[in-house]
Amino acid sequence: MSRLKILALLPLAVALSGCNYVVLAPAGDIAAQQRDLVIISTVLMLLIVVPVMALTVLFAWRYRQSNTSARYEPEWDHSTSLELVIWSAPLLIIVCLGALTWMGTHLLDPYRTLGRIHADRAVDQSKAPLEVDVVALDWKWLFIYPDYGIATVNDLAAPVDRPINFRITASSVMNSFYIPALAGQIYAMPGMETKLHAVVNHAGTYKGFSANYSGAGFSGMHFNFQGLDDKGFDAWVAQAKSAGGSLGRADYLQLEKPSENEPVRRYGAVDADLYRLILNMCVETGKMCQSEMMAIDAKGGLGHEGLNNTLPLAYDKYARRGTALGPEPTFVAGTCTPDAPQGQTTAAIKAPLDTAPLLGAGLKRPTFAPLKSSSFFLGQRPKSNS
Amino acid sequence: MSPDLLKLIFGRLSIDSLPLHEPILVGTFAVVALGGTTLLGGLTYFRLWGYLWREWFTSVDHKRIGVMYMILGIVMLLRGFADALMMRAQQALAFGGSEGFLPSHHYDQVFTAHGVIMIFFVAMPLVTGLMNFVVPLQIGARDVSFPFLNNFSFWMTVGGAVLVMASLFIGEFARTGWLAYPPLSNIGYSPDVGVDYYIWGLQVAGVGTTLSGINLICTIVKLRCPGMTMMRMPVFTWTSLCTNVLIVASFPVLTVVLALLTLDRYVGTNFFTNDFGGSPMMYVNLIWIWGHPEVYILVLPAFGIFSEVTSTFSGKRLFGYTSMVYATVVITILSYLVWLHHFFTMGSGASVNSFFGITTMIISIPTGAKMFNWLFTMYRGRIRYELPMLWTIAFMLTFVLGGMTGVLLAVPPADFVLHNSLFLIAHFHNVIIGGVVFGAFAGINYWFPKAFGFKLDPFWGKLSFWFWVTGFYMAFMPLYVLGLMGVTRRLRVFDDPSLQIWFVIAAIGAGLVFLGILSMLMQFAVSFLKREQLKDVTGDPWDARTLEWATSSPPPDYNFAFTPVVHDNDAWWDMKKRGYQRPLTGFKPIHMPSSTGTGIILAGFATAMGFGLIWYIWWLAAASFIAMLAVGIGHTFNYHRDFDIPADDVIRAEDARTKLLAGAK
Amino acid sequence: MTIAVNPVQTGEPVFYLADEHPHPEGYSTSLGFWIYLMSDCLIFAILFATFGVLGANYAAGPAPKDLFDLSLVAVNTSMLLLSSITYGFAMLTMQQNKIAQTQMWLLITGLFGAAFIGIELTEFAHMIHEGATPQRSAFLSAFFTLVGTHGLHVSCGLIWLVTLMVQVWRFGLIEANRRRLMCLSMFWHFLDVVWIGVFTFVYLLGVLR
Repeated sequence: MSRLKILALLPLAVALSGCNYVVLAPAGDIAAQQRDLVIISTVLMLLIVVPVMALTVLFAWRYRQSNTSARYEPEWDHSTSLELVIWSAPLLIIVCLGALTWMGTHLLDPYRTLGRIHADRAVDQSKAPLEVDVVALDWKWLFIYPDYGIATVNDLAAPVDRPINFRITASSVMNSFYIPALAGQIYAMPGMETKLHAVVNHAGTYKGFSANYSGAGFSGMHFNFQGLDDKGFDAWVAQAKSAGGSLGRADYLQLEKPSENEPVRRYGAVDADLYRLILNMCVETGKMCQSEMMAIDAKGGLGHEGLNNTLPLAYDKYARRGTALGPEPTFVAGTCTPDAPQGQTTAAIKAPLDTAPLLGAGLKRPTFAPLKSSSFFLGQRPKSNS
Repeated sequence: MSPDLLKLIFGRLSIDSLPLHEPILVGTFAVVALGGTTLLGGLTYFRLWGYLWREWFTSVDHKRIGVMYMILGIVMLLRGFADALMMRAQQALAFGGSEGFLPSHHYDQVFTAHGVIMIFFVAMPLVTGLMNFVVPLQIGARDVSFPFLNNFSFWMTVGGAVLVMASLFIGEFARTGWLAYPPLSNIGYSPDVGVDYYIWGLQVAGVGTTLSGINLICTIVKLRCPGMTMMRMPVFTWTSLCTNVLIVASFPVLTVVLALLTLDRYVGTNFFTNDFGGSPMMYVNLIWIWGHPEVYILVLPAFGIFSEVTSTFSGKRLFGYTSMVYATVVITILSYLVWLHHFFTMGSGASVNSFFGITTMIISIPTGAKMFNWLFTMYRGRIRYELPMLWTIAFMLTFVLGGMTGVLLAVPPADFVLHNSLFLIAHFHNVIIGGVVFGAFAGINYWFPKAFGFKLDPFWGKLSFWFWVTGFYMAFMPLYVLGLMGVTRRLRVFDDPSLQIWFVIAAIGAGLVFLGILSMLMQFAVSFLKREQLKDVTGDPWDARTLEWATSSPPPDYNFAFTPVVHDNDAWWDMKKRGYQRPLTGFKPIHMPSSTGTGIILAGFATAMGFGLIWYIWWLAAASFIAMLAVGIGHTFNYHRDFDIPADDVIRAEDARTKLLAGAK
Repeated sequence: MTIAVNPVQTGEPVFYLADEHPHPEGYSTSLGFWIYLMSDCLIFAILFATFGVLGANYAAGPAPKDLFDLSLVAVNTSMLLLSSITYGFAMLTMQQNKIAQTQMWLLITGLFGAAFIGIELTEFAHMIHEGATPQRSAFLSAFFTLVGTHGLHVSCGLIWLVTLMVQVWRFGLIEANRRRLMCLSMFWHFLDVVWIGVFTFVYLLGVLR
């Protein structure tokens, strides 16, 4: 069996030659805490795994057939005290690990606002967190900075030690937003919003990518995440601003089309309402927003009148969406005229009640409740500390 | 012919559906066609068709069906492993701007097919085959409760495998990952036949699996021989019972979730769509409500095998039988309470995530207890290092590692950084290969002499063992490392050249495993040639403890000339110890089920229906469905499904054994 | 666990049955069929769960109260409940070995079942004609699938019923046929129970919502 051991150690030996163990040596506080949990749990489990492996080898050797000097008790098959030990030892470990899990999961909940930016530094309340809206597209990442009015494709930057609040969605299929150096991943799903709170502590360039297979261009769906000092970040924003170009609804619909290995792009201006429209899957004019639909549903639907408010699907990402036996594909039309400002209809409807049973506590369906209608039209985001 | 008529006859199947532009597939097809023609030609030349049809294909004998399951599993292992080799090679090559040798269209099919085939058509048949062969013998029964259903179940599994294999040369397989999450797997993003092959392959096979689960539960509950109370059942039978309970209680979920996906894809309903109020998250929940128990469906019988093997080769009663049984039952129940740990990253909130994380960890307690039970079975034993025991030791050392990384992944914040990474891949291969595959190989080496009357050759067996074990560690330890470097799964090309060395090591490991598989095939061949030397005349080559060793190797059709009566856990050990004398007279006719071709015919129509639905050949689907209904109903008009083996035949068989036994002494 | 067995004390132990009788035909059938029913029950459970999750996602379309005609559904329900009663009568007469009466009750059961299917299809056709197709919303997808799966089961039950009537007619109330009637009886009542769930959770609660 010793050959096994040596082979198992081989990777460790090679590992010392210097590779980038980003999960074990991250640059962000959240990822660092997650790393700590990985290590503590492993050590806790090794408390039982190592003795088991050692005993296996020992017993396998000692009680081999050729060793006739070892005791042989063919009828011995029960020992209450031993049974007690073999059930309670794993139980104890799991009790510790369970407590650790409960606390760690709540502390490191990606939805939780950061309590600290580093092990020994609290959040600087004078600095507002950086808001970033993330959209997973086929097959690239769109980042919208609502506070700066800029957007980028496959390029993400954040100032060091400033908390970042990500709001994450996707345009078509499921992806997972993951920057190992910064924080754990969270799924990006169409029509739904997930959140991630994180902070980067060291300046540098790190890798980010989709960690959930999403189709043909998946391998090329990565980006660089830069941790910059404040000056560097301002320069980065200015660079994006000066890049010119604007990302409006029509541009987005072009961008959204599947493409692989996209280069970095920057937009100096971005439609302030774009993220909300993407999240509610109504960037296409005339399509009913999810939030509006859910508000109507919460009130009991549109009745028989609602039967006819579908329109044939003219826009299509792929070759065809229709099914072999079903009717032509359609979409639900918005209740306002196709090109009217969407705000006029949506603002009149109250926020939907929570009608989502299977979503769990943390995952919110898209709502427009957090936006005050006044700031909504102006495209500004209400901030608690402004 | 007009396009409309062509469409009516062939649906969306056309000459373009054949992958003539993919040289790898054309090459594979040529090899398979050549091999297939040789095989079929050989069968025809040696006039084996009639024999195969009469003695095997239409047989309702649980032993024959068990053997056929094993053959299916091993054949499909070759296909699934070919996929694995291609993936390892692609990932080892695709660095520094190289695209490797697989385009994404092909590569994405390869990793999907690898997962589907390995779980559904390798692990499941191997496990089902062993249960089918061993359980009735272990409980002293003559066959399973519903022998015809058993044959039908097997052929449905084959039908599913045929559909998946057909996708290699006709059309394509899914490009979605093995669980086909929507929206990606829905019609909008996967409009081709791939996902349809996936759906119908699994549906056809799933029917077989569910029915075989019902069958084995009934067998274990109703057909145990006198004296075999529940708490005297061998542990393998216990784990089989729990596995089949899991099958019956989880496969319907898979059936429904695939049916809903089918409706989405075929008639445009909105279960898992983004629009119209559908919820893709529901699919993820439902498929894992099936998927997690599935893991235990595979590993519980392996646990049973290790229990039998450890006890036999340590020459000792199993330590803590009762706690072993309770541990199995607890695992069975808990396996339904953990499914969400497969998607902590979907954002379910901290309390939900911790609940499922902690339930997952709790499973490790009974599993740990089992590990200790095997350990203390070895303690103060006399361990004989035959092949099954070697696999068991390798399992014990490997599985604790896999279990440890599994518990690590059950900690949600740790999962956030390791989810979907190669660490996860390494983890589940660590438990599936270390647990299920090693278990199946231990089982094959252990029960082979019972099935065929001769042992497997130990030299090639040991060679295979060492290739597999070293190959496994070389292939998957690097993946753990890569996972800690933040490398995610299912990537086709890489930018960072410093990762390449790890992928190269992993590919070499896969190559060693390939040698392991070849040695195993060689082991079968060599053992067949040396079958006279390796012959087992006693029926009990390992000095074993449970009832299956009380009868001859291979057992007669009727398993036991007289139904055994059991007084102890280790029934056969007890019989040997107390001077059991094999009865030599008083044989009577034995009532047995007769063979029938209905199972293979029904499954053939089901497969044709699946093919018709995949390609939108509606007439074929409808005709096959009607034919299936007609044959099924017709079968119920046959009231004479049993016959008696005449007493003379029994006497002849038993006398032959008596002579053999006398010669051995 | 160690059972000390001493042949001297217990006398000569018996290790095999010298004079055994094979298990009667269909020895495991009722257990097997029961397990199958439970797996089927799970299928409905998942469909109910699906309906529970998606049942309020109308996609700005019609809700249950706009679509369901409770009086029609009540008639439909009574058809199925009555068919269960008549099947009960068929089983009673079967036990008394009255072939003709058994056949008559089976026929009546079949007619009730066919009426149920007919009404359900009318309801479906009406809804689809109105535009409330399974494609219109997730609620309607879940509704048609759940109710349709039940309807499909009843249809299979009808085919099975006819098959059994032919078999009883040709071979009489032999043991095998009795066992089959028993299985169909379990299946039929099971569908009745499922329908009560459908009626309550889909129709009644849907209209109340």
